[in-house]
Amino acid sequence: MAQKNARPANLTREIPLFLLARVRKGLLRFRKQKKMKDIMTVYYLEAKSARVGGRKVAWITSGGPVEPLIAMNVIPVYPENHGAMIGASRMGAGLCELSESMGYSSDLCSYARSDIACATVNGGPIGGLPRPDMLVCCNNICGTVLKWYEVQARYFNVPLFIFDTPICHAGFGEEVRRYVRRQLDEYVLFLEEACGRKMDREHLATVGKLSLEAQRLWQAVLDTAINRPAPMSAFDAFFHLALIVTLRGTPEAVDYYRRLLERMKDRAARGIGVIADEKYRLLWDNIPVWHRTRWLSEKFASHHACLVADTYTSAWCGSVKYIDENRFFDSMAEAYTRIYLNIGVDEMARSVLAMVDKYGVDGIVMHSNRSCKPYSLGQYDIAKIVERERKIPSLIIEADMVDERSFSESQVATRIDAFMEMIKAAK
Amino acid sequence: MTGLKDIHQILRDPVAYGRRLKAEGRRVVGYFCSYTPEEIIHAAGAHPFRLFGTDEAIHLADAHLQAYCCSLVRGALEEALAGRLDFLDGAVFPHTCDSIQRLSDVWRMNVKGPFHLDVVLPVKLEGESARVYMTDVLQRFRMDLEARLGVTISKEALKEAVGTYSRIRRYLSRLYDIKSEDPGLISGSDLHAIVKSSMIVDRGRLLEILPGIVEDLEKRKGQGRVPGGKRLVLAGGLCNHPDVYRLVEGAGGVVVGDDLCTGSRYFEGIVEGKDDPVASIADRYRTRPPCPAKHAGLFTRAGRLVDIVREREARGVVFMLLKFCDPHAFDYPCLRETLDREGIPSLLLEVEDRLPSEGQFLTRLETFIEML
Repeated sequence: MAQKNARPANLTREIPLFLLARVRKGLLRFRKQKKMKDIMTVYYLEAKSARVGGRKVAWITSGGPVEPLIAMNVIPVYPENHGAMIGASRMGAGLCELSESMGYSSDLCSYARSDIACATVNGGPIGGLPRPDMLVCCNNICGTVLKWYEVQARYFNVPLFIFDTPICHAGFGEEVRRYVRRQLDEYVLFLEEACGRKMDREHLATVGKLSLEAQRLWQAVLDTAINRPAPMSAFDAFFHLALIVTLRGTPEAVDYYRRLLERMKDRAARGIGVIADEKYRLLWDNIPVWHRTRWLSEKFASHHACLVADTYTSAWCGSVKYIDENRFFDSMAEAYTRIYLNIGVDEMARSVLAMVDKYGVDGIVMHSNRSCKPYSLGQYDIAKIVERERKIPSLIIEADMVDERSFSESQVATRIDAFMEMIKAAK
Repeated sequence: MTGLKDIHQILRDPVAYGRRLKAEGRRVVGYFCSYTPEEIIHAAGAHPFRLFGTDEAIHLADAHLQAYCCSLVRGALEEALAGRLDFLDGAVFPHTCDSIQRLSDVWRMNVKGPFHLDVVLPVKLEGESARVYMTDVLQRFRMDLEARLGVTISKEALKEAVGTYSRIRRYLSRLYDIKSEDPGLISGSDLHAIVKSSMIVDRGRLLEILPGIVEDLEKRKGQGRVPGGKRLVLAGGLCNHPDVYRLVEGAGGVVVGDDLCTGSRYFEGIVEGKDDPVASIADRYRTRPPCPAKHAGLFTRAGRLVDIVREREARGVVFMLLKFCDPHAFDYPCLRETLDREGIPSLLLEVEDRLPSEGQFLTRLETFIEML
């Protein structure tokens, strides 16, 4: 079990001090949250020194089935998470430029561009990700990850497993279920071959239970924002998200979210809002603009607006309804296929409407993200549907999640001000 | 070549041609991309009609799709929203890239009238699960199409359709060989028009035209060598590429092969042999030269491009990449690097749906061709 392995004390002795310092510095965005910072430091140090501990490292997409990796004691590493860190530390433009000099178009996904560039120079906030022993690519979030992982499979010359989850434009057919379920078996075989040992099915079931529990807790944490004032905002969720992405299936994630839930419930019970004098409640759509999260958060707070919900962080618990606790492995097929981004735009709009009702939302802020076509194409239709069905307005912000060159602060500020005037007038 | 004249006539206004077919009582099914199983549409007695975007300015689609979506997808939606595709009985969306994926949704939600069908093919083309799923999803498409058109698609009709398409593909393949053997016999623009028309013209009519063209060219064999025309291969991501052939020929080159969706990828790979025609079609889609939105190995596309260059004895490669086409843009550095390693020069041209200013484009082509 992962937890039985050498933990921080050992690791820090075995790895060079400069690495520790580098990772700590790279995790600066977690500075206010010691607990999260500690967990993430240990996680990245462990991953970076995996070979010392005799463990394997798999790079995996953010929506990929991580539980079998955890069960095999393989360390999952998330290039997208790394992309977010690169964006948050405003190192995106430099790395994106480097990828462009390698021949990658500036119109491509900036997570992919910065990661591809980063791998060649061990750059970025934590000095690059640990070298992978294998790659696991699940295309439930986009087709871009397929191309990105192909690039990295060639670069690192390591095996690539593609977990192909057909888009569910309108429903989940039997042939899709059979296909994805069958791939789960192929995935286990792939891991067994890469690790040279058999999967412990009982352990996998345990990991599955922990994963499900973490997802339920994560949903409960997000749901505390139903309270008025909301004890947390989407900007907090962007931050607390790290563990549900990277460590779901471990006891640490369960423990972390249990404590977080208690804290949020306590704040709610005491009527403490995350922003002073909350008057307006908004919903965020799309991946955060990582290089401007604080600026955006402060900008909205200055209008007494709290982003009480978002379609992004809730994607890591949106499939709970498809998971069968006692048949976790089998039910992964449906749960990993029917995630938020892998459904039709009309179904996405229905999800947004449900969130508008659940969290009592007055307006929607959509990040039209040049980097993410499956998330962004269709936003205009969702905005129209919400406006028609719930009579609430939407604001569309043109930006990019990592590449700060596509962001005009003054333009966005003006648009936010105008949008908030509209919201205030409607109230 | 009267057949060729007909083809050019039709391509000048494909929509008018589609309307005419419709008026004649045909059922016309629009489709995107060379991964649509046309054989099944044909076997259903309907006419598969490929959609290529628009030459018109885009206004209506702007309300649904951002500017960073490629011009093919925006243009196709524009055509539909403007009512210019109202002659269609239905539209088929094979899953390829993220933009086509969302086009399917936006179309389903906004374009009223014709039926809408998705064919969500596997993205990975290797492995047992993908093999089975490919056949399953084509069977599902067959049933969906039967329901939408109110017909039964018999095994015999499917076999016949497979035969029709094999014949068409053989003729197109033969034309490519002739072009490579004797580049001056037929212009690049004419050849491209023939391939493009094979996705639009009635397939029965096409099988009347193609043999005549091939026969005529074979008769004139040996008369068409282009002195000094440097042999080039076109590659890249233009699902609907503009007339680059004329410019290449004007700049002293000649296109003798390609790796394009509206070129060799469309007709390569012959379906045959199996008793179950749907399984045969599935086999073809798994084994034909892949689009970069599909996964068929890490080096398959690069290896194939080098093979095309070698087989066609080409001196260089011209990449044409459509702006905002992610799958092709991701593959480009690897393809270029492979060509570099093999000592094959290449030129990259990034284009919107139209070529950039002709003068600038021509200068770059001339410089490149001169250097070869």
